[in-house]
Parts: sequence; structure tokens; C-alpha cells
Amino acid sequence: MKKVEAIFRDEKMSAVKEALKELGVSGMTVTEVKGHGIQKGITEVYRGRSYAVDLLSKIKVEVVVDDKDVKKVTDAICETARTGSIGDGKIFVSNVEDAIRIRTGETGEKVV
Amino acid sequence: MRKIGYITILISVFMVVASSTLWADESALDKADNAWILTSAALVLLMTPGLCLFYGGLCSVRNIVNMLMMCFMCISIVSVQWILWGYSLSFSGGNWFIGGLSKVGLMGITPDSLSGTIPEYTFMIFQCMFAVITAALVLGAVEGRMKFSAVLLFVPLFATFVYDPICHWQWCETGWMYKWGVLDFAGGLVVHVCCGAGALTLAVMLGSRKRQNITPPCNLPMVCLGTGLLWFGWFGFNGGSALAADGRAAFAFTVTNTAAATAAFVWIVCEWLETGKPTFLGALTGAIAGLATITPASGFVGPLGALQIGIMAGVGCYFAVTKLKPLFGFDDALDVVGVHAIGGTIGTFAAGLYCTKMVMGPDGVDGLFIGWGAEGLTQLGKQCVGILATWGFTVAVCVIIALIVKYTVGLRTTEADEEKGLDITQHGEIAYHLQLEATSTLRR
Repeated sequence: MKKVEAIFRDEKMSAVKEALKELGVSGMTVTEVKGHGIQKGITEVYRGRSYAVDLLSKIKVEVVVDDKDVKKVTDAICETARTGSIGDGKIFVSNVEDAIRIRTGETGEKVV
Repeated sequence: MRKIGYITILISVFMVVASSTLWADESALDKADNAWILTSAALVLLMTPGLCLFYGGLCSVRNIVNMLMMCFMCISIVSVQWILWGYSLSFSGGNWFIGGLSKVGLMGITPDSLSGTIPEYTFMIFQCMFAVITAALVLGAVEGRMKFSAVLLFVPLFATFVYDPICHWQWCETGWMYKWGVLDFAGGLVVHVCCGAGALTLAVMLGSRKRQNITPPCNLPMVCLGTGLLWFGWFGFNGGSALAADGRAAFAFTVTNTAAATAAFVWIVCEWLETGKPTFLGALTGAIAGLATITPASGFVGPLGALQIGIMAGVGCYFAVTKLKPLFGFDDALDVVGVHAIGGTIGTFAAGLYCTKMVMGPDGVDGLFIGWGAEGLTQLGKQCVGILATWGFTVAVCVIIALIVKYTVGLRTTEADEEKGLDITQHGEIAYHLQLEATSTLRR
């Protein structure tokens, strides 16, 4: 089992959600997050005063999938969330030791 | 049928005769004037809640409740101050400098008392709303760092020792600016220079906010709503200042709209040329600058004069806000100085340039750009003296008031409170407990 953690532009949320649904990903956790990468935010001007907006709104989607599905999922996210400009975001993949369904107490791969 | 017709005519003739004899020995109460000024008073009252929204939307989200409440409490405090002694100090005879105490608690004013063609009560409550909003306007400068108790002490002192004398100078028959002929139709000096100079003094005496506590405006749509309410109320502010429901009121109404519309557009043009992007906040700020600037001139200038005043407002206030403030480094949080003080100053000066007998009547003056004569030049000189006197007096008295507040209840909140925000530390409440869920999409 792997956890795929994708942080991307908030306007791409619906597109990514649809793509993952089409792949048959059964569950996902979505968080509204703020952060910055190499780009270090943008500048907004109000009444001639510049404000550094260095924490931008992004969406973080976490899905846990079988090892064999990781490539499919990350490709789908990359494809749908990409605009080609700075600030498209990142995907992190990590190992998941176990998964437990709270309702029944079942564990392991069959849970996800 | 015919009989009924005759009877109807007879009755109406009788009613006309009866009413004219009934009113003949009474003085010249004009019901239309009364209705319009009462309406205007309500319009001007609405400007203060409108100002709450305008200022609130410009604040940091941690200080918005504090800002709304400071402005709102001005309605409460100044309304009471006004009927107790404010009206008397402003409008009851007295000397060249300040009114007397003969109308304290509105003593001696009955429902039959008249002020021109309207009941004195109508005049009193209309003027009350001007005193309310002037105090509220000052508080835009103090965002995020003034103790609420200090505000409660500052407001009545400001209304009594700054607003009331200046109001008396300009709008009471015994005041020196009135007698000398300084032109200020609806409060360029009395309201806008007065509040702006007060704001400048408070901003300097309080000191700046910490850089990390200065945030961009939290809610632009709310600023839009506030601007709309202010603009709407301004028709009562300027249109009512003729104190009659006549053509001059309609004139003031028109030029008010013209100047605001022009200034909003000119402001975004300035921005576009300078920074490359026209902003919505710029358009809204420009509209308010235009309204503040036309205020002193609204009953004196023609529509094309108003257009030029709108341009002066857009350009002048834009550069005051974006250049003057950084140059001097005072932390006037919501630009009361740049928009109101500079707007009021430009407008009062421009009243001397564009005032015309066409609007003012035969007793009026043709301004410098209208008549190109000595008369206009003299008027311009008087306008300048009025501007200097209002600035100087307001700053001097506000320094004294701020010192009194500083050494009694204290002016400024603690640094820890400022970081947490004044909403939670001064009032124990916050503006929003919202949960935003935008995760659903349209079904195919």
C-alpha cells in the first residue's frame, strides 16, 4: 500500500476528483492548505501598497492505493492538475504500513 | 350627480380658503422642505453604518468587529452629546468662536420653533447626523491599535471641542467663517478636513502598527456595499444642505453624483498608468474621494465644474494615498487623510475656483475660473484661510485631547493584544464562524 499525497492548484480540484473517480479510486481525503514552494508567492497591490502573499491556497488530496496503481494515479493527477506554469504543485508518495476500517476492525489491503 | 359636483367644488374652495387663512398668520413653514430634510437626515444617518462596512471591509479580519463597533458607537455617543450640549455649542448664537449654552438639552425649542422654512427640530436632527459621521470618520486611522475605552473618551471630547466650534464658525450666523464668507456648502471643512486632520493627529500620536500586523483588506465586496450606502446617503448630505426641497438641492444632488462618478474613473486610470492594473478598491476609493471633494462645493458649482473637481479629486487623492503617506510614514490605516482631508482641502479650494452665480443666485460669487476677476481671487483667499484655520485648530486641539486620553485611560493597546487582534481582546468576539464547503460539483 502507498499513500499518494498531491498538492496542487485549488481550481484543479474538480478535474482531479473526476479523474481519480474514473480510475476507480474508492476514497480520498481533501484538505484546503496554504503554502509556498520555490516560487515564494505573489504580490498584490491595494491602494498602491504592495503586499507579499507568500502563502498561497492549494488543495491537498490524499489517497491510499495498491502498489500497482500508484503510477496510474500519479499520472492522472499530473495530467489533470498541470498548467505548465510555476505553482502547479507536487506529489509525494510514501509507504503505508497498515490500514484499519473503523466500523469492522478489518485490516490490510482489502480495506482501501 | 351635478349637485355632488357643485358641492365638491364648494368644499374644495372652502378648504383652500380655510387653509390659507389658517396658515396666513403662522410663519413660513414649508412642508415640502421639512419632508425632504427629515428624509435627508435619515439618509445621512445611514452613511455611518455604511462607513462601518466600508472601513470594516478594509480592515484585517482580526480587527473588523472593533472597527465596526467604534464607528457604530459614534451614533450612540454623539447623538446624545448633540442634544445635551453639542447643538447649543454649535448653533445657539454665542460669539464668533463658539455658540452659547442657551439651548442645552434643546431647552426652549418647541415643535413650533422654526429654522428658516423648516422646524428647528428638523434642522437639529439633520445637523446631528453630520456630527455623528465626522467622529466616525476619524476612527479609520486607528485600526488595530487603539484601546476601545480610549475611543469612548476621545469621541465626545472630539465632538465637543473640535467639531462643535468648527461647525459654529462655518454654519452659524455668528461664526466668523460664515460672516466673513468662506464657502463650505455641506462640510468640506467642517466634516472632511476636520475628520482627516483629527485622523492624522491620532495616527501620529498612536504610532504605527507593527509591519506584520498590516494585512490587505479582508472583504472587498463589503467595501463595495459600504461605498454604495455612503454614495446613497451622500445625496442627503449634499442635497439636504440646501435646507430646502428646491432646485439648488437638485443641483447639489446632480453635481455630487457627477463628481463621484468622475473621480472613481480617474482613480483607476491613474492606477492603470502607474502600476499596470486597475483595481476595484481603487474605483471604490476614488468614488469616496470624489464625494468628499465635491461636498464643500456642491451647492456652488455647475455640473462641468463638478466634472473638473471630480478629476482633481481622483488625481489628487490618488497621489496623496499612494505617495504622500509613504513619504511621511504616518500609519493612517484606512487613508482618512489621503481621501477625506486632502479631498476636503481640494474641494474647498476648488469651490473658490468654480463657484458661480448661476447656482448661488445674485448674492453669490463668481469663482476665479468663472469670472476671472478680483472677486474670485478674494474668494479663493478666503477659502485658503478657512482651510488653514480648520487644519490648524483641529490638529492643535486633537493633540491636547489625545494627551488627555493617553494620561487617563491610555491610548494604545498592548503588543500582544495587537497580534491577537482587537476583536477577541477588546470585545471577546470574532467576526466570522463560517464553514466554507465548496466540494460539490454539478452532476452530469
